[in-house]
Amino acid sequence: MTANKNLQDNLIRGETGDWEIVIGMEVHAQVLSESKLFSSAATAFGAEPNAQVSFVDAAMPGMLPVINKKCVEQAVRTGLGINAKINLHSVFDRKNYFYADLPSGYQISQFKDPIVGKGQIELDMPDGSTRTIGITRLHLEQDAGKSMHDQSPTESYIDLNRSGVALMEIVSEPDLRSSEEAGLYLKKLRTILRYLGTCDGNMDEGSMRADVNVSVRKPGDPLGTRCEIKNVNSMRFVVQAVEYEARRQIEIIEGGGVIKQETRLFDNAKGETRSMRSKEEAHDYRYFPDPDLLPLILDEAWVNHIKATLPELPDDRKNRYIKDFGLTSYDAGVLVAEKDTAVYFENAAKGREGKLAANWVMGELFGALNKENKTISESPVSADALGGLLDLIMNGTISGRTAKEVFEEMYASGKPAAKIVEEKGLQQVSDVGELEKAIDDVIAQNPDKVAEYRGGKDKLFGFFVGQVMKNTGGKANPGVVNDLLKKKLAG
Amino acid sequence: MSIDKNTVARIANLARIRLTEDEQNAMTREFQAILGWIDQLQEVNTDDIPPLTSVVEVTLPLRDDKVADGGYPEDVLANAPKQAAGFFVVPKVIE
Amino acid sequence: MSSLIELTLAQALDGLKTKKFTATELTQAYIKATEKCRSLNAYIVETPELALKQAKESDARYASGKALPMDGLPLGIKDLFCTDNVQTTAGSNILRGFKPQYESTVTAQLFRDGAVMLGKLNLDEFAMGSANITSAYGNVINPWSGSDPANAVRKLVPGGSSGGSAAAVAARCAIAATGTDTGGSIRQPAAFTGITGIKPTYGRCSRWGIVAYASSLDQAGPMTRDVRDAAIMLKSMAGYDPKDSTSVNRPVPNYLDALEGGIAGLRIGIPKEYRVDGMPAEVETLWQQGIKMLQDAGAEIVDISLPHTKYALATYYIVATAECSSNLARYDGVRFGQREAGKNLIEMYETTRAKGFGAEVRRRIMLGTYVLSAGYYDAYYLKGQKVRNAIARDFGQAFKQCDAILTPTAPSDAFAIGEKQDDPIKMWLNDVFTVPVNLAGLPAMSLPVGLSANKLPLGLQIIGRPFDESTVLGIGAALEAAAGFKALPPFHA
Repeated sequence: MTANKNLQDNLIRGETGDWEIVIGMEVHAQVLSESKLFSSAATAFGAEPNAQVSFVDAAMPGMLPVINKKCVEQAVRTGLGINAKINLHSVFDRKNYFYADLPSGYQISQFKDPIVGKGQIELDMPDGSTRTIGITRLHLEQDAGKSMHDQSPTESYIDLNRSGVALMEIVSEPDLRSSEEAGLYLKKLRTILRYLGTCDGNMDEGSMRADVNVSVRKPGDPLGTRCEIKNVNSMRFVVQAVEYEARRQIEIIEGGGVIKQETRLFDNAKGETRSMRSKEEAHDYRYFPDPDLLPLILDEAWVNHIKATLPELPDDRKNRYIKDFGLTSYDAGVLVAEKDTAVYFENAAKGREGKLAANWVMGELFGALNKENKTISESPVSADALGGLLDLIMNGTISGRTAKEVFEEMYASGKPAAKIVEEKGLQQVSDVGELEKAIDDVIAQNPDKVAEYRGGKDKLFGFFVGQVMKNTGGKANPGVVNDLLKKKLAG
Repeated sequence: MSIDKNTVARIANLARIRLTEDEQNAMTREFQAILGWIDQLQEVNTDDIPPLTSVVEVTLPLRDDKVADGGYPEDVLANAPKQAAGFFVVPKVIE
Repeated sequence: MSSLIELTLAQALDGLKTKKFTATELTQAYIKATEKCRSLNAYIVETPELALKQAKESDARYASGKALPMDGLPLGIKDLFCTDNVQTTAGSNILRGFKPQYESTVTAQLFRDGAVMLGKLNLDEFAMGSANITSAYGNVINPWSGSDPANAVRKLVPGGSSGGSAAAVAARCAIAATGTDTGGSIRQPAAFTGITGIKPTYGRCSRWGIVAYASSLDQAGPMTRDVRDAAIMLKSMAGYDPKDSTSVNRPVPNYLDALEGGIAGLRIGIPKEYRVDGMPAEVETLWQQGIKMLQDAGAEIVDISLPHTKYALATYYIVATAECSSNLARYDGVRFGQREAGKNLIEMYETTRAKGFGAEVRRRIMLGTYVLSAGYYDAYYLKGQKVRNAIARDFGQAFKQCDAILTPTAPSDAFAIGEKQDDPIKMWLNDVFTVPVNLAGLPAMSLPVGLSANKLPLGLQIIGRPFDESTVLGIGAALEAAAGFKALPPFHA
């Protein structure tokens, strides 16, 4: 029944009843490689205009493409990472259209025979359930250059540095049912790509862009007409774009109109989608096999070798955390979402209580990092240092409360936990004699309260604990204090 | 297959070649003759013949991922009809 | 010095090696020859200073005993080959003034072997044509038109698209020239001008740096005075190039060795389908003479069938135009070449391409766009690819019965400028015997075997198995020896 409940939650209530959103995604992920897909020019981000352009990238007369082995390997690796079929025979086609930043007048892509076929991705839903999203295909293609329209009122400026950079286009089935799922899908895909090291996933730099296909229908009806929203370049915008587009379509249909299949652009500033007028009528890409390139034939042994050397993927890692560290599915999911976080967590948790380590990473550490907008790799407290702090908690040297104070100091000064505890004398007092003396003092100072407690006012117990802690400067071991107090008060 | 002037106009638009009215008319007539001639291929039974895209019987060579090209923006721009600040410059792109 | 230009490439190499003359002297003789032949309009650009500089370097190598395989030989380069900092136009207005900042692999290899460049040779625009009448730089005139070709009553075409190359070699204003062949562009002009030209196997010569017409068909090759010269020059032009993914990595044999062995016992196929309606009897007669010559030289003649021959031209005009429509999309006025004004980008594209391309190029781009467009792809492009396969399989079958095939090169001798121009299909029919070879990717050579009734050269074509240029050259040498073709055009330097 959980699925039903989720589905119910995903519906949008319109004037004529409930509507279901159907979403498919086409994600363009820049392949991590030194050089371009079909030329040996560099791919690094942020170079001077046209400085990373070969004659091939500029489509000079007579120039020919030669494919980059690394890019092929990365596509295969990604395909294996999304449990997909690797096609040992694939073909590069030309997609023909004119655009200022497309120098050859065609994009080399894969149309009929992509390098990767059907696969799937598991989404971790917030309620702890999982959803399987189908992958239709993954293919390799070239990126275009960049047109800039702001420099002049009558002219556009063209930089071809990106021209020819390798992209993987990863196409999902229309299996997503809400803006939230769309966001989770993109996030999960990015996690997988980063684990694999096949794409850096930096949406700010354009290394990952999504085209989102949205349609709406009454539950149980056939698929509605879809609109494609181009180049949505952040997780947040994906959610916004889907929400806006679904509402727009419902409004049109409920107002008696029909949806026109079209390409739309997401306006980040306004949070709206709008039609890209002229791109429509001319869509006849005249795909045909690129005669400058032969079919790409992969050696099965090579594919198997790549498979054998795949890193541990997020789903496997998550399962291991649940099993080995006793974490909840949710906590494990949070920790594996970024590979750096997972590595940090594992180093901190190694040989210690996994649950405790998870709480500290997700609690104090994340809190402190978020405050300063830092990533985990920029953390002033290393995983080993945090582990040192956990050791002191686990062996009773300091209380959890003291530990928070120590952590703050560690974060600010970079000093190891043990040193801070020693310098400040924060070691927990567990010595029975010393604590008995402190308890006796408290009992002596509060005869009225003692009488009330003994008269049946049990709630006052907390008061006595607090007084003992106060008088010991918070260093008293709370467990020992509890035991001793009970005995003494029982008198 | 016959071809009409609208199709010729659409093809000219796809090919980004401006044709005058007269040129469109002339090309329509010419295309009717050429396509009629090409239609002889329909006589050939190709049911059991796969399409041939390359006569070369080797597989696609793969190159190593090394940066060994680019880094010569002045050569890339040397023949540009118009350039500014290291960019190619074109009339305004309108969406 | 005029005697220097009478030498074949092989003879000139001997003369240079034995220090009978210097590369500079040879080059100077050819520079004079190019000046004398300007009425043919064979060269778009002459590069005498560059030629003399290269010749000087060549002389230094000869002096130090470090001569290279093509050292000091003054060549003409078809203006489809990109040449570093020397204007490369592909015969088109759209590339007027274009100076590549790179050198094509084939010309780079020729220069690596010491060759000298006299200039860039005229051609049909983007190599699309069979008469060299589509060049934006004017017609090339066949030196066989008469002793004053520019004022001849019937100004003959040199064939195309390598018409400038053919005319220059025939008129002796280049010792040899590079050509390219997509549907017959080396062989047909060679036949029309009485010279020798070989189109190697697809993948034998690198296409890198050659302005592309139809990528799956284009192939570069030498155009020379005789078979020996072709063997020497092909050796320099051929070879694997990692920059061309369709180039084939196999060793280049020493083609000169192939000229020595004779052809006894070789089986020569004669395809019955290479007799077309309206083909003059003299072409048939020449073909029979050629068959007899090979038979006399010891070859065995075998009747073969290439049943899909009649569909080759229509197939070619699907495949070649589809590829060219895409290959020529890069000529958009953005990064190089000519640009026409436009209010916005699309208008700039449309006017640039309308004015920059000539009628034949526009026609082929349009046709190619059409056969690839939605709704027509299966009926035309896909069908064409299948028939192409049928044609290639025909050859595969035939080569089970024979070692090489002998056919006429073209269905007629050279025609005059203005003839066959009313109807594009009539013009395209010129390539009926050469086009099937490109579709199958095979090596083939044309060499002059006799004269027509009009006293114009006629050529025969030898087609070989993939990468068996050696056998083609060997048969060519035998046929050349038997034919003893020595006629010179009435006009020459």
